[in-house]
Amino acid sequence: MTYEVDAKYLTKKERRAIPRQAMPEQAANIRNKDFSEVTLGFGLLEAQYEAARCIQCKDPACVAGCPVGINIPGFLEQIVEGDLHGAIKTVWDKTALPAVCGRVCPQEIQCEEVCVVGKKKGRESVGIGNLEMFIADWARDTGVSNEVEIPPKTGKKIAVVGSGPAGITVAGDLAIKGHEVTIYEAFHRAGGVLLYGIPEFRLAKDIVDYEIEQLKSLGVNIVCNTVVGRTVDVDELIDEMGYDAVFIGVGAGLPNFLNIPGEDLNGVFSANEYLTRANLMKAFDFPKYDTPIIPGKNVAILGAGNVAMDAARTAVRLGARSVSIVYRRTKEQSPSRHIEIHHAEQEGVQFKFLTSPLEFIGDANGKLVGINCEKMELGEPDEGGRSRPIPTGEHEYIDCDLAIIAIGTSANPLLTRTTENLELNQWGNIEADTKTGKTTKKGVWAGGDITLGQATVILAMGMGRDAANSIDAYLKGEEW
Amino acid sequence: MYKIVKREEMAHKTIILNEIEAPQIAKKAKPGQFVMLIADETGERIPLTMAEVDKEKGTITIIYMIIGKSTRLFSTLKVGEGYKDIVGPLGQPTHIEKKGTVVCVGGGTGTAVLHPITRGMYEAGNRVISIVGARNTDYIIMRDQMAAASDELRICTDDGSEGRHGFVTDELREVLENNEVAEVVAIGPVPMMKFVSLLTKEYNVPTTVSLNPIMIDGTGMCGGCRVTIGGKTKFACVDGPEFDGHQVDYDGLMRRLQAYRVEEEHSDNCMFEREA
Ligand SMILES: Cc1cc2nc3c(=O)[nH]c(=O)nc-3n(C[C@H](O)[C@H](O)[C@H](O)COP(=O)(O)OP(=O)(O)OC[C@H]3O[C@@H](n4cnc5c(N)ncnc54)[C@H](O)[C@@H]3O)c2cc1C
Ligand SMILES: Cc1cc2nc3c(=O)[nH]c(=O)nc-3n(C[C@H](O)[C@H](O)[C@H](O)COP(=O)(O)OP(=O)(O)OC[C@H]3O[C@@H](n4cnc5c(N)ncnc54)[C@H](O)[C@@H]3O)c2cc1C
Ligand code: SF4
Ligand code: SF4
Ligand code: FES
Repeated sequence: MTYEVDAKYLTKKERRAIPRQAMPEQAANIRNKDFSEVTLGFGLLEAQYEAARCIQCKDPACVAGCPVGINIPGFLEQIVEGDLHGAIKTVWDKTALPAVCGRVCPQEIQCEEVCVVGKKKGRESVGIGNLEMFIADWARDTGVSNEVEIPPKTGKKIAVVGSGPAGITVAGDLAIKGHEVTIYEAFHRAGGVLLYGIPEFRLAKDIVDYEIEQLKSLGVNIVCNTVVGRTVDVDELIDEMGYDAVFIGVGAGLPNFLNIPGEDLNGVFSANEYLTRANLMKAFDFPKYDTPIIPGKNVAILGAGNVAMDAARTAVRLGARSVSIVYRRTKEQSPSRHIEIHHAEQEGVQFKFLTSPLEFIGDANGKLVGINCEKMELGEPDEGGRSRPIPTGEHEYIDCDLAIIAIGTSANPLLTRTTENLELNQWGNIEADTKTGKTTKKGVWAGGDITLGQATVILAMGMGRDAANSIDAYLKGEEW
Repeated sequence: MYKIVKREEMAHKTIILNEIEAPQIAKKAKPGQFVMLIADETGERIPLTMAEVDKEKGTITIIYMIIGKSTRLFSTLKVGEGYKDIVGPLGQPTHIEKKGTVVCVGGGTGTAVLHPITRGMYEAGNRVISIVGARNTDYIIMRDQMAAASDELRICTDDGSEGRHGFVTDELREVLENNEVAEVVAIGPVPMMKFVSLLTKEYNVPTTVSLNPIMIDGTGMCGGCRVTIGGKTKFACVDGPEFDGHQVDYDGLMRRLQAYRVEEEHSDNCMFEREA
C-alpha cells in the first residue's frame, strides 16, 4: 500500500478499499534470539490508513465489545484527521494503560470480533488494538501526558493492595478524584503480571515502568516490599493506619501443578517461576543479573494458553534446541490467542496436541530427562459443547531436560487467610459484587484476577474502574 | 534502602551478622520467620531467617554463612550501607508452647536460625536442652545467647576441640536415653536434620525441622520452594519453613538444592574475576 493521498481526503469508497494494514514485526529468525519487542508499531501514515477503514458506525458494536467502552470510532477519526492529542485524550478517558491494552488485549474476541467491517465477506476488522498501541506509543515518545486537573484534597485515604492492572486503575482513578492513595506491593517492583509474567518481547518493561511513573506523578504513593497479610494486615490498614477504604487486587498468583509423579525433579518448573526468573529477575541477562535459570536444550511446555506460549517463546530465546507445546486437547480448543500461537509457530515452537502427560522421568541425580505421555482422542461433546479428550492407551515418550507447567493459577491464600469476614467462593476467589467490587467486609473492595480467577488485563482494569467509582461514592457519604 | 546499623564477623569470617533497620518488619516478626533480601539493582532474592528482632529499635538481625555469589556480595556491605530491598516477615511462625523438656539441636549457621526458637521455648517455661555442633570450637556461633536461652548447653565438635568429640546425633541419643523429651527442634544442614529425624523416630519423639529450599518470591507464587512432606507437595515459604521432621523427603530436598550448582558456580567465578 502506498500512501499517496492523506487519508482524510479519501472518499468513502476509497476508504473501504483499503486493506487491513499489517503490523510491522521483527523477522522471526532474528527476534527468536533476543528479547526486544516483536511488534514494531505503525508509522503515522499506516495508522491513518488503518483508522480510515472504520466506517464510523452510528451505534458502534466495537465499543460494546470493549470491556471499558473506549470511544473507538471517535479516536480513530481523530487519528485520520491528524488530531493525535485529541485521539489520546479520547482513549485516556476510558483506560489508563492504552500502551498495554493495545499490545495484550485479546482484541479478536473483544472489540475487533464485533467490528462490522470484519463481518463483510473477504474483509478484515479494523485493527483497533494496533491503533491503540500506536496512539499510546506516540504520546509516550513525544512526552504528552494525561494532564488532568486534580481537585482539592478530600482528606480521604485509600490503600490499594497489589500493583497489577486492577490496582493501577483504582489508584489512578481515585488520585484524580482528589483522594490520597497508597499502593502496597509484595514484590520489589510495581506492575504485577505486566512486569513478572508477560515477557519483554510482548510488552517492553520500559512501558510498564513509564506507566508507573505516570501514576506517581498523579500523587499516588507506591510502597513495595509489603506483603499484606504478613507485613501489615487489612484490619491494621483500616483500624490503625487510618485508611478509609481498602481495595484488594492481589491477582491469582498460585501456580497449579499437575500432581503426577516426578513433579519435584530438577528441571520441572511452574510457568510462574520460569517467567519470574526470566522477566522480573532478568535471568536472561545472567550472570550480569544474579538470578540463574536453567537454559534447557529440549523443552516441553505443558498447557496451551497465553502463559504457555509466553514460556515457550522465552525458552526459544534462551537458546533451547527444541521447544514443544504439549496439550491434551486440540489446537482449536487451545485457550491461547491465535496471534500467540502464530508467533510461536513462526519462531520454531512445535505443537503436540492430544497428548497428556502421565509421569516425569528423571535420572539418578534427580534431573528431568523426559515425560511419559498418553495420546488422546476427542470424545463426544460434553454439556458445554466441548469435546472431551479421552485416553487411547497409546503412549509417547518426550525427551526433555526442562518442563514448564502452564496449566493455570489459582488464588493465593496468603491475604485471604489472614483477613476476617472476607467471604470466598469455592475456588478461593474473593466474593465481590460484580457492579461495585464490594466484598463482604465493610470498607473493603476487590477486583481483577483475585475475584475472577485468571482473566485478562482489560477485565481487571474494568473492575478497577467500577470499584474506584464505588469507593468514591462511599467516601462521599453513600451507604455501604 | 534498609540500613545496616551493626556488622560482626564470626567463625573466621565465614559467618556474618547484620543488624538492619526495618521497623515495619520488626514490629510483626515472630520466631521462625524469615525475610527475603536483595543487595542491589542486579541482585537476586535471598531468604534468611531473622535471628534476632528488636521491636523497640525497629531492627532485625540476620546471620548468614558466605556460600556463593549473593552471600559474598552481602558480606561486602558495611555499616551505614544497606540492602536495596527486604520483604517480610515471611513463613509460618514456630509453634511455641509449654510442653516439658525440649531439645534444640543446631548445626553450623542453623544455630542462628535456632536461637530465637530456643529462646521462645525457654520463655514459654520449657526445660530446654540445647545441642550445638560445628567443625571446631572456633565455628560455634552464638554460644552465649544459646547458653542464656537454655537450661543446659551441650557442644559437639568434629575434631574434639570442645565438648563431645562427635556428631550432634551422638549427643542427642544420650539425651533421649536419659530424659523424657517432649519435642526436638533441629536446624542445620540437610543431612544433619535427616539423621536427627531418623534418630528421634526411633524414640518416637515429635521433631520439627526448618527447611531451606531455593526460593524466588517467598510468598507462594512460584512453587520453586516445593518440598515433599508425607508424600504431599508443600510450599516451604508459606506452609513452612518448619515441618514435621519425620515426614520430610530429605533426599528430594537435597537434589533440588543442587539444581543451579553449575550456574551458581559460574556466577560466583564471574564475580571473583571482576574482583581480581
Ligand atoms: C504469563 C502471562 C501472560 C498473560 N498474557 C495476557 C495477555 O496477553 N492478555 C491479557 O489480557 N491478559 C494476559 N494475562 C492475564 C493478565 O495478566 C491478568 O489477568 C491481569 O494481570 C490481572 O490483573 P490484577 O491486577 O488482578 O493482578 P496481577 O497483575 O496479578 O497483580 C497482582 C499484584 O499483587 C501483588 N500481590 C499479591 N499478593 C499480595 C499481597 N498479599 N500483598 C501485596 N501485594 C500482593 C502481586 O505481587 C502482583 O504484583 C497473562 C497472565 C500471565 C501470567
Ligand atoms: C527460609 C530460609 C531461611 C534461611 N535462613 C538462613 C540463615 O539464617 N542463614 C544462612 O546462612 N542461610 C540461610 N538460608 C540459606 C540461604 O538462603 C542460602 O545460603 C543463600 O541463598 C545462598 O545464596 P548464594 O548466592 O550466596 O549462594 P549460591 O551460589 O546461590 O548457592 C549455593 C548453594 O546455596 C543454595 N541456594 C542457592 N540459592 C538459594 C535460595 N534462593 N534459597 C535457598 N538456598 C539457596 C543451593 O544449595 C546452592 O547450591 C535460608 C534459606 C531459606 C529457604
Ligand atoms: S481496551 Fe482492548 S478491547 Fe478495548 S478497544 Fe482497546 S484493545 Fe479493544
Ligand atoms: S465497529 Fe468497526 S467500523 Fe464500526 S465504529 Fe467500530 S471500528 Fe469502526
Ligand atoms: S518461594 Fe515461590 S512459592 Fe515459595
